[in-house]
Amino acid sequence: MIQVNQLSKSYGNLTALSNISFHIDKGELFGLIGSDGAGKSTLFRILCTLLLPDKGSATINGLDVVRDYQKIRTMIGYMPGKFSLYTDLTIEENLEFFATVFGTTIEANYNLIRDVYVQIEPYKKRLAGKLSGGMKQKLALSCALIHQPEVLILDEPTTGVDAVSRYEFWQLLKGLKEKGITIIVSTPYMDEADLCDRIALIQKGKIMKIDTPKEIVRSFKKPLYSIRSNSLYQILKELRDFELTETVFPFGQELHFTPKHDITDTGIIKKHLEEKGFGETMIKSIEPGIEDIFMSLMTKEMSEEKQTETYNKY
Amino acid sequence: MTEPVITVRHMYKRFGDFVANNDLNFEVYEGEIFGFLGANGAGKTTAIKMLCGLSTPSSGEIKVAGFDVYTQTERIKRNIGYMSQKFSLYDDLTIYENIRFYGGVYGMSMKDIKARTTELLKQFGLTEFRDSLISALPLGWRQKLAFSVSILHRPKIVFLDEPTSGVDPITRRQFWELIYDAASSGITVFVTTHYMDEAEYCNRVSIMAEGRIVALDTPDKLKEGYGVANMYDLFLKIVR
Repeated sequence: MIQVNQLSKSYGNLTALSNISFHIDKGELFGLIGSDGAGKSTLFRILCTLLLPDKGSATINGLDVVRDYQKIRTMIGYMPGKFSLYTDLTIEENLEFFATVFGTTIEANYNLIRDVYVQIEPYKKRLAGKLSGGMKQKLALSCALIHQPEVLILDEPTTGVDAVSRYEFWQLLKGLKEKGITIIVSTPYMDEADLCDRIALIQKGKIMKIDTPKEIVRSFKKPLYSIRSNSLYQILKELRDFELTETVFPFGQELHFTPKHDITDTGIIKKHLEEKGFGETMIKSIEPGIEDIFMSLMTKEMSEEKQTETYNKY
Repeated sequence: MTEPVITVRHMYKRFGDFVANNDLNFEVYEGEIFGFLGANGAGKTTAIKMLCGLSTPSSGEIKVAGFDVYTQTERIKRNIGYMSQKFSLYDDLTIYENIRFYGGVYGMSMKDIKARTTELLKQFGLTEFRDSLISALPLGWRQKLAFSVSILHRPKIVFLDEPTSGVDPITRRQFWELIYDAASSGITVFVTTHYMDEAEYCNRVSIMAEGRIVALDTPDKLKEGYGVANMYDLFLKIVR
């Protein structure tokens, strides 16, 4: 459904996208996972025909984003990262406006937006500017859906949204996917990755990895241990200087530790910590999550960059 | 952690018929990292604005850094720092200009500003970027610098409103180390976040729903009390 070929885009000296290629199948729920400034919005704007690429090409359903922009605009629904509806119109007026622009009516497509819209319909006479964050998000999604798009492009719909509302939003997306809509969604929350069919991990304009969440997790070849203790912060500092440490990161109530070499016996870590005065520790082998992999790839890229920097200097 | 630096007794805030803050009661202690969680629209921002002296409560007895939120707002502002994800540093000023600006706003002497600038730049390894525009810095660096600027004047309390929203996972962790350092130097940290793993890093956590505080304790005790494995499950259980 979506095909991206060697796409690049720069703003002055800043490279936003660097030679990106991937495809998205029809009916897929595809996640673009990365932090602010990774290039997610630039990619989305190019796909939405709002921005021209410097190099490369992209097609949606065989239509070129540069040449066939008019046709593409009728078949995609776009929800930008920043709330962009009319704040001085009511919920209902905004929805009617978007329906009319696309030559349709709310009634004709009510079936598609129902699950989202019922949650804000009781407030339909309220001005969009007076809505809470969660309600704005639902209105924006309704407006993006009102013309029955084949492809839905959602730019960070859950940023700054609380954990419960994020969960509910993903339930809505699942429902839309079942209706056959192809969805591409970006997010900085790594825990949302598992809900996608496939994901791309993006950082500094490059795709570090692209696959199903399961396969991405499987690609993490190193052993990973969780460490629990009452003095996590002190242990974190201690382990940074430990000769066997490859990486150590805090993860909520535990630390995630990767050793430099394969160690089969966690006793060696425990013993080291005991010697340093940390008696009560629980260490066990665990399965990595998307965030572990993201950080591991980031660390790898950073050390490669440093090497190039050093190389350039001398 | 013995002295309360924030005391909130029966705090109410009404907008017409709507009760945004409904009888809030809590204390925050010196050097504590206090997590202020809740769903969107639960009333967190309303409460923070009142604690920062930017909005007046409808009723209640509230003291921040020893000062009254009704009559001593200017003194409160001199004793706190504030940082949010949305607004932090000025993009079109250099690093040094930002520090000088905030130092001036916080009433620091030029001598202190200069000394703290040197210290800060050295800490972050940014000395050679002193005269670079903020817009030239990656977001992660900007957020870390913004935090340091918010505690430039060594305030008693710093309020952080979703400081790590959208930040990459490694920078997010570095940011929390800065928070720990600040807290261990005696600065009280009052922080909101939507990342539930970060809730675990707080000494105590309060959770708001529909204008009220529905839970307040250490992360361990909260999890134990509600019989859940982590803060994410706790949040889902309480707020839904």
